Amino acid sequence: MAVSLTEKAANHVTGFIEKRGGAAGLRLGVKTSGCSGLAYVIEFVDQVEDTDEVFESHGVNIVIDKKSLIYLDGTELDYKREGLNEGFEFNNPNVKDACGCGESFTV
Amino acid sequence: MALLQISEPGKSTNPHEHRLAAGIDLGTTNSLVATVRSGSPAVLVDEEGESLLPSVVRYRADAQPQVGRLAVAAAVEDPHNTIASAKRMIGRTTSELKTLHEVLPYRFDNELAKIPRILTADGPRSAIEVSAEILSELKKRAESSLGGELTGVVITVPAYFDDAQRQATKDAARLAGLTVMRLLNEPTAAAVAYGLDQGSEGKYAIYDLGGGTFDISILHLHEGVFEVLSTAGDSALGGDDMDRLIAEWILERCPCELSGNDSEATFLRQLMLVARETKEALTTQESAEVEIDMPGGEKWHTQLDKTTLDSIIDPIIDKSLLPCRRVLRDAGITQDDLDGVVLVGGSTRVPRVRERVETFFRCEAYADVDPDSVVAIGAAIQADILAGNRPADDMLLLDVIPLSLGLEIMGGMVEKIIPRNSTIPVGKAQEFTTYKDGQTAMSIHVVQGERELVTDCRSLARFELRGIPPMAAGSGRVQVSFKVDADGLLSVSAREMTTGVQADVTIKPSYGLTDAEVEQMLRDSIDYAEEDMHARMLAEQRVDADRTIEALVSALEADGEAFLDEEERDRLTAAIDSLRTLREGHDADAIKQSVEALNALSEPFAARRMNAGIHSALAGHNINEFGE
Repeated sequence: MAVSLTEKAANHVTGFIEKRGGAAGLRLGVKTSGCSGLAYVIEFVDQVEDTDEVFESHGVNIVIDKKSLIYLDGTELDYKREGLNEGFEFNNPNVKDACGCGESFTV
Repeated sequence: MALLQISEPGKSTNPHEHRLAAGIDLGTTNSLVATVRSGSPAVLVDEEGESLLPSVVRYRADAQPQVGRLAVAAAVEDPHNTIASAKRMIGRTTSELKTLHEVLPYRFDNELAKIPRILTADGPRSAIEVSAEILSELKKRAESSLGGELTGVVITVPAYFDDAQRQATKDAARLAGLTVMRLLNEPTAAAVAYGLDQGSEGKYAIYDLGGGTFDISILHLHEGVFEVLSTAGDSALGGDDMDRLIAEWILERCPCELSGNDSEATFLRQLMLVARETKEALTTQESAEVEIDMPGGEKWHTQLDKTTLDSIIDPIIDKSLLPCRRVLRDAGITQDDLDGVVLVGGSTRVPRVRERVETFFRCEAYADVDPDSVVAIGAAIQADILAGNRPADDMLLLDVIPLSLGLEIMGGMVEKIIPRNSTIPVGKAQEFTTYKDGQTAMSIHVVQGERELVTDCRSLARFELRGIPPMAAGSGRVQVSFKVDADGLLSVSAREMTTGVQADVTIKPSYGLTDAEVEQMLRDSIDYAEEDMHARMLAEQRVDADRTIEALVSALEADGEAFLDEEERDRLTAAIDSLRTLREGHDADAIKQSVEALNALSEPFAARRMNAGIHSALAGHNINEFGE
């Protein structure tokens, strides 16, 4: 089981962590909510928990709790720019259906 | 596919519930919008990659208004419909704008209107509407950059903006469909951008030299709270003045005769442009080439080195240091008490400015953040906190009011309730008593200013408290409370203590003061301190005289015949008349002596009335029966 970052996403994450003044890593996860079942979580990490798995990708520690990992296995996180908007995008092979905006999904 | 941002631990929002927030620097010349993305503040750019939006709006018949660079480009051909510097007009009345009419190329509607409107091809427009257009444009930019609707914004205003100007700014935001979470003072925003709120405690100077305005503020940070200790500035000082001096220097040297007619306008515009470019080149170089296309067609060259430039612009810097001295004095501190000076505004890129400011304040300047963006960035950080996207303890920002707030008391005097430079939010209450027997209403006149007499201060609002139960003079107690909220908006309420009847007012846009006027008012209060003291003494003695006369006249009417013989009555009447005459004069001491003399003279009368009163009370009779 693994989750990774594209190099571009890793560069942005490293930059954001640096500006924030440090973090133990980047937490990816899912929570039950949203119009289509599950929603992504993307947060800075201050404290790694016992129930977390940690992956390293392009120098960034990706922290995922074991429950979320089932839904995120094989996901690659990318950083994209669309017009004036920019941000992270989950390329998650487990997704069967997503809501129109892509913010929540079902597996 | 939605693009996601990194949240703080535990702060992830549900889909479609992102709390998008932005900070807006609504400037006189340029405006900016910034936001915090994945924890890092950044200025948002438009499709062309430009961050600065010129604060210019052009109205057209049958078409959407143009905002920004398009409007600037049209300014020359369509001056009446292209509105710039709306910030200078916002929250002002027509009469207050009259002084500015000379320099404003606009046609205003009805001179008598409270809110002045500029006549444009698209109908009359107020400064609030113009500002709303600029804000809408920034809102559009922010929402397409963030991919969603904005929850709320923080808009910055100059520290000296009064209640009316702040309210008008909020109105403009509402018109643009924005929710204002907070108005933030520009210097405070700059300090937030440098994270001074996160660091150690201390006092900082914020030196803001823009294109056409200069502001200086002293901030004090203690226990995580920002407090603006004092502010001052010059509303007509900035980088444009440097350009003008440089242009004059070039003109003195270049071999051309100017006749002053219109055909030279292009040449002069070019001269200003070259001056500006030269100034900018010399921020990094030791010397720069100046090239001018002469009116005749040939080119003319010269060299300008950094040392010469420094001597050319020094007068501008000198001028900015005067208000700097004043804020230190107002804050009651010296340079040694400062922990740093923050540079804001494009003109602080000039190395000489930085050097002189550091020398003056005897401390190192904060200049790492782009001085054009620093205010918007601070606003964005504050907006992010207010929207609840940060785990950090809420940072509480405190500002001050620029002029004292008070109310009119008998005799046209001012009773200050909240002194100037009080930190806001602030609330203060004071109790007043009725002046006359049976008084059932009290008129509350709210004023702003430092002088002792109402006529020398600025009137903010008037309202009446009615329904006071009739009581003897001095028995009716009315508590007047002044409250200034975190946005600097004032509300005043008056409450009669025995019955609880209440009346209140919130100060809405009706007037405005420039910082120059605020300065003038402050200076006057010092210059006229002695006159004011005399005027106040005179007014006080007059009030005293009126009260004495009134009490005595009504007593004479009631009991004069009963307790006094004719000679005594005549003597008292004569004394009252002489006091009346003196009261109209200007000798406070004479009025005082006369009041004392009258009091002494009427003492036996008062004593007799009192005895009779006691007697009648004991006997169970009323005083009228004694008269018979």
